[in-house]
Amino acid sequence: MLGLDKKDTSLLIIVAILTLLAPFILNPFPAGSAMAQFNAGYPDLMQRFVIFGIFAIGFNILFGLTGYLSFGHAAFLGVGSYSAVWMFKLLSYNVIPAIALSVVVAALFSLLIGYVSLRRSGIYFSILTLAFAQMSFALAYSVLSNPKFNLTNGETGLQVYADDPQIFHRDSLPDMPHLFGLSMRSTYKLDIGAWSFDFNAGYYLCAVIMMVMFYLAIRIFRSPFGMMLRAVKSNQQRMNYTGLNPRPYTLAAFVISGMYAGLAGGLMAAMDPLAGAERMQWTASGEVVLMTILGGAGTLIGPVLGAGFIKYFENIFSKINDTILHQWFSFLPDGLEDFMVFIVHPFIGKGWHLTLGILFMLVVIFLPGGLVEGGQRLGKWIRNRGKGAAEAKTKHEPAE
Amino acid sequence: MDAIILQILNGLDKGSAYALIALGLTLIFGTLGVVNFAHGALFMIGAFCAVTVQRLLNLSFQTVDETQKDFLGNPLKVDTPYVEAWFGPEVGATIIDWSVPLAVVFAIPIMLAVGYAMERGLIKHFYKRPHADQILVTFGLAIVLQEIIKYFFGANPIQTPEPSALKGSLDIGLMLGFDPNAIIYPIWRLVYFAFSVVIIGGVFAFLQFTTFGMVVRAGMADRETVGLLGINIDKRFTIMFGIAAGVAGLAGVMYGPLNPPNYHMGMDFLVLSFVVVVVGGMGSLPGAVAAGFLLGILESFASTTWATTTIPGINQIIIYLVAIIILLTRPRGLLGRKGVMED
Repeated sequence: MLGLDKKDTSLLIIVAILTLLAPFILNPFPAGSAMAQFNAGYPDLMQRFVIFGIFAIGFNILFGLTGYLSFGHAAFLGVGSYSAVWMFKLLSYNVIPAIALSVVVAALFSLLIGYVSLRRSGIYFSILTLAFAQMSFALAYSVLSNPKFNLTNGETGLQVYADDPQIFHRDSLPDMPHLFGLSMRSTYKLDIGAWSFDFNAGYYLCAVIMMVMFYLAIRIFRSPFGMMLRAVKSNQQRMNYTGLNPRPYTLAAFVISGMYAGLAGGLMAAMDPLAGAERMQWTASGEVVLMTILGGAGTLIGPVLGAGFIKYFENIFSKINDTILHQWFSFLPDGLEDFMVFIVHPFIGKGWHLTLGILFMLVVIFLPGGLVEGGQRLGKWIRNRGKGAAEAKTKHEPAE
Repeated sequence: MDAIILQILNGLDKGSAYALIALGLTLIFGTLGVVNFAHGALFMIGAFCAVTVQRLLNLSFQTVDETQKDFLGNPLKVDTPYVEAWFGPEVGATIIDWSVPLAVVFAIPIMLAVGYAMERGLIKHFYKRPHADQILVTFGLAIVLQEIIKYFFGANPIQTPEPSALKGSLDIGLMLGFDPNAIIYPIWRLVYFAFSVVIIGGVFAFLQFTTFGMVVRAGMADRETVGLLGINIDKRFTIMFGIAAGVAGLAGVMYGPLNPPNYHMGMDFLVLSFVVVVVGGMGSLPGAVAAGFLLGILESFASTTWATTTIPGINQIIIYLVAIIILLTRPRGLLGRKGVMED
């Protein structure tokens, strides 16, 4: 279907079903019950899942295929957000021109940065992209927000004000981002018994875009162009000797992933019409690296899994506090209960970043292939256990 | 003329910090071939060594002084630090006052131990892995170290004042024959600069004039051959990692009075120090030091009112701009050797 083989088609269909039914899947607990805090099916979080999914899919096209580790991808996300908000300010709250412009601007910006940074490879490339991203952050945060020339509105962040031109805005249209009149915040609530499900227009827009982007990523992975990118990763020198110049390919990959990031940034602004410089900071770039690695770099589904995993646990972990912990450990004797709470306390709430850092180190050390590799290993282990250990021993991995 | 000298002096303290961190980064890269994203965290740990020493020295016990009354009429409670009780009030007060320089003594063994533990515990396992993995694992480590410090010391900057004898400023302009008040320069910045010169000189002398340093230099040039000669080069490289951590830590200890330490100070410096290393030339120790001072001074020139009114915010991006220009025109860096990370 759509030029995909059977395996990829089923993968795409699974992803499509999961994203479309996400409001049900992510809300397994009845509203108001004690477990309701583990529900993730509210619009804001679901939007973040798919938006960061798009961001990570794009990052994976660069890092997973070519092996170039960019530490500055958040810059493209930020640029996308800024251009989307500018479209809101100048034209109207319609999201289509905003998203279109954010992709175009991110593409131009990544072409510029990619052209310079891709002159070097390896560590140099990582450092260069990091430097560029920090420079963009400094530009957005202070340089481009002076009274003479205010492009980014500095610390406050760029937002739409009442005296902005908005030349296509009509009174009949909603006063927030919309798609031809359908507000991004309009939510249909479905109550079934004790359960309550939210169907949000913005989420479904993002979800449809993510499916299209996922499909594009599959096509890129399976195309001759994708093979070229893999060749860059496996042995660039041999590629050079064959008479091929790898730079156009890597630059194309860089720009494509920059466009994905810009799209994610545009969608972010479309869900909440505000753009701040902190989106471009290098910690944000680190986060997308984290998502991709955690899910499994170079795999199709990995980045999406990683993005969902990190955003979900970020949300849950930062919500848990000592009172909830005391409830959990209440079956233990008093002294032990306090001790357990004391042990777990640094890792929850504001300490979520500590958990994230440790998790990240553990994944890089023990599971470089991420969650996908973990799943494969687990699957293999279960299969081997069924077949018996003797058979497993005769199997050998092919040498590198 | 005096304005130029003033800007050069102003750039020296930041330049010193860049140079020290970049020196450590280059040492680690040159010996072990690892890019250490956790190096900024080491700088920060050093700064928090000073905070810890300050807190330890200020540990005190409370006594009730019946002869004095506070404003509510209750007997006054007096806090006496233990050091004042042990060494007498005057000596004790001086010790507390000099807590930052004293922290240097305290920080050296701690930083060596932290560096040694880091290399043996984590980085050792990553020599055979791709550079991307090394970057990622040290990046994760940096987050962890940063969050641990944040957990114990909080998110706000902590004041670590310099000794009162070294507070205030010198009128350097008067010494050089300019008008009074032309060049006013805080004493602690001069101390910091002198300190960094001593440390940098010490590291270079250690590498140049000791047998140990000679072996390390030989190992940097050709690790395999040195190993074949029956020298345990890994052990020496581990010690060099400890020394690099020590350099970063000491830079952090002394930097406290210039800028109150907070948990993310390391990361702020790390990005710039990477740029410094790239500009200086990856793997070149003199290049790292020279580029550190150069970029520090450049940044201070870009912060003058004249520069910031001509191009607003130029001081924030000048370093990156210079780095980009250098990389485009001379990709090897200022003093980079041929063949190091050239592919």
